Amino acid sequence: MVTIKELPKEEYLLKGHAACAGCGPAIALRLLFKALGNKIFLVVPACCTTVIQGPYPYTSSAVPLQNILFESTAAASSGIVAALRQLKRDDITVVGWAGDGGTVDIGIQALSGAAERETNFIYICYDNEAYGNTGMQRSGATPYGAWTTTTPSGKQERKKDMPMIMAAHRIPYVATACPSFPVDLVNKLRKAKEIKGTKYIHILAPCPTGWRYDASKTVELGKLAVQTGLWALYEIENGKFKLDSPSDRLIDRSKRKPVRDYFTPQARFRNVTDQDIKRIEQWLDEDWERYRRLVADSASDSASYGKI
Amino acid sequence: MVKSPKTRKEMPPTPLSVPTVGSMGKTGTWRTFRPKVDYSKCTRCTICWIFCPDSAITRRADDAPEIDYDYCKGCGICANECPVKAIAMCREEE
Amino acid sequence: MEQTIIDTANHIAGLAAKMARVKVVAAYPITPQTTVVEKIAEFVENGDMDAEYIRVESEHSAMVACIGAAAAGVRTFTATSSHGLALMHEALHWASGSRLPIVMAVVNRAMGAPWSIWPDFSDSLSQRDTGWLQFYCADNQEVFDTIIQAYKLCEDQRIFLPAMVCLEGFILSHTYMPVKIPDQEKIDAFLPQYKSSWTLDIEHPYSHSNLVSPEWYMEFRYMIQEAMKNAERLIPQIDREYGRLFGSTYGGLVDKYRCEDAELILLTMGTMGSEAKLAVESLRNKGLKVGSARVRVYRPFPVTEITKLAKNAQMIATIDRHVSFGMEGFLETEVKASVFNEEDSPLVAGFIAGLGGRDVTSETIEKIARKSLKWMQKGKVEKTTEWVDLRE
Repeated sequence: MVTIKELPKEEYLLKGHAACAGCGPAIALRLLFKALGNKIFLVVPACCTTVIQGPYPYTSSAVPLQNILFESTAAASSGIVAALRQLKRDDITVVGWAGDGGTVDIGIQALSGAAERETNFIYICYDNEAYGNTGMQRSGATPYGAWTTTTPSGKQERKKDMPMIMAAHRIPYVATACPSFPVDLVNKLRKAKEIKGTKYIHILAPCPTGWRYDASKTVELGKLAVQTGLWALYEIENGKFKLDSPSDRLIDRSKRKPVRDYFTPQARFRNVTDQDIKRIEQWLDEDWERYRRLVADSASDSASYGKI
Repeated sequence: MVKSPKTRKEMPPTPLSVPTVGSMGKTGTWRTFRPKVDYSKCTRCTICWIFCPDSAITRRADDAPEIDYDYCKGCGICANECPVKAIAMCREEE
Repeated sequence: MEQTIIDTANHIAGLAAKMARVKVVAAYPITPQTTVVEKIAEFVENGDMDAEYIRVESEHSAMVACIGAAAAGVRTFTATSSHGLALMHEALHWASGSRLPIVMAVVNRAMGAPWSIWPDFSDSLSQRDTGWLQFYCADNQEVFDTIIQAYKLCEDQRIFLPAMVCLEGFILSHTYMPVKIPDQEKIDAFLPQYKSSWTLDIEHPYSHSNLVSPEWYMEFRYMIQEAMKNAERLIPQIDREYGRLFGSTYGGLVDKYRCEDAELILLTMGTMGSEAKLAVESLRNKGLKVGSARVRVYRPFPVTEITKLAKNAQMIATIDRHVSFGMEGFLETEVKASVFNEEDSPLVAGFIAGLGGRDVTSETIEKIARKSLKWMQKGKVEKTTEWVDLRE
């Protein structure tokens, strides 16, 4: 297990970039480079990171980065992976780095196709729960009750469960993460790099601009998301489900912090009523009952992908 | 190596942008508050370093944080996360 | 060993991609292109072709996968038709803006609604502004030769643009014709190693195509236009070089037939060009001074060639296998535009024929010629854009 101090000092996300102050995705991107170094090709669709690079002729990314069309991260990655195989460059890791919009909505087709073809790359969804680049309109990953510019009275539908959708593709590695838990994220990225096939990592990345909280609270809110159980840290390796610390202690609901602790600092949840909270808590219980079952089944069942 | 061009002849055939510190200029000008480190309290845990979204904190030889005020946007995450409250957010003078 | 084989244009296109030593193919099936990708799948799976075949889940992904592969540094190929091409539309822009030398076979097929599987040029001509070179073939031999030539052109550093090699669905795609296939060694000598204008490279990291402000964008577009102008110059050169090495040549940008002393020139694209030659023979036998010009390369538009033809002719009759609703066929418009500022510019008459695969025979073209000659005698084009063989 690596410690924070052991992480490399080299920066491949160069300072002076265009991210908002307190940007969660920027922390996650920095951690990506700390985990994998610079022998990577990054594929970036239209998303916040497109803008974070800054304008031509400059960029804040110190690794080769292919900007590509919004829905096409996984398709471009497929092409690059195939070319690298022909060029016999197995020392380069291809990483798709897309927002939630480009993953769960417009990008889901290409991602599903790439996963079904067992494309050998890491796909990372950094999730700030809305279309950040275009000004915080709702996405399929926006949670229930959240304000966005296109759901001003709060989204009426639940957040799409993208990690489980990817697990249903029977890919060898699915993980959830959050930059508030940097060592956990780095370990998952490094583990993914060593696995052959499609690896999917979904990172909850708090966004002060879209979630409407004081920018200094980005890391704190990420921790709360996990501590309330609203965002579970887990891995599904060849179908075996495992909760990661601190989520592994939260099957016991008494250990979960109250969800209001997470909602109150975020103005995007100001329209959430007590009734909404009740519904959210019920869904939370259902999700965690599911996780409990998955943990139990994975411990006992030797067959992989039996029970997702 | 593609350099930043001045004339059309120097431009690459398609936009190839060069990794540059300060692609958006000196983003330190965005700040309203600036972090100030009390090095006597600082335990050199490097938590502030790992959480800075802007790569504006580097580690000194003893792992104490060195803040680059040319690029620090004043988000306050470092101050919020410091386990011993060694960083204070102070209003920018001027 | 050079050999003559008898095969469909689709299979020939797949063979050309194989012999061009393409390394990545990403494609999605659509009628009438399907047998191109099926052939390639066969080649790859029995080891005849050392390439990756990505069986993508849509045409949009097919083009983007080619962009990714070309950016990573290998020669790529794909094929599509009609709505598949339309689905790729934004990716076509991305490919040309990225200056990547991708070659794509477009098996021309009409656009819906309503569904039609038969040929016309509405699919590829709708993409005329995307910055792709566009070639239109009249027979299977030309399909093979043009694909090989396209790689040479696209990878020339004065061009670095992607290219569409268009062939009409069913008329060529599924029709068996004899084709001379050159030696693999000779093709290797003609087509050296893949050369890109740039690649993703760990040693030289760049962000490709991040945000470009108004301060720079226009110059990038100008460079594409310059590349097109270079292509107008280079295509005839490559065609001649290819002719010397392999024996088949097509007259560069425009395939001219008996135009030197023609008063009326019939201007077509694709297989109508072959029918037009028969019509010309028939009319010449009746003493009429008619010639035919088949536009082989639609983008860049052969403005210089057209103005040269226009100098000696009294009239040019264009036959368009598509229409731009609210205006006319593109050949009609662009020929008029080419000759507009010329002294003594000829009359230009426009005809729309063959939409949705309606057959255009040499007899039809003769009728078009006779009508045009009547107008030519009168010195006036009596009807702009005449639709041919239309049901009353």
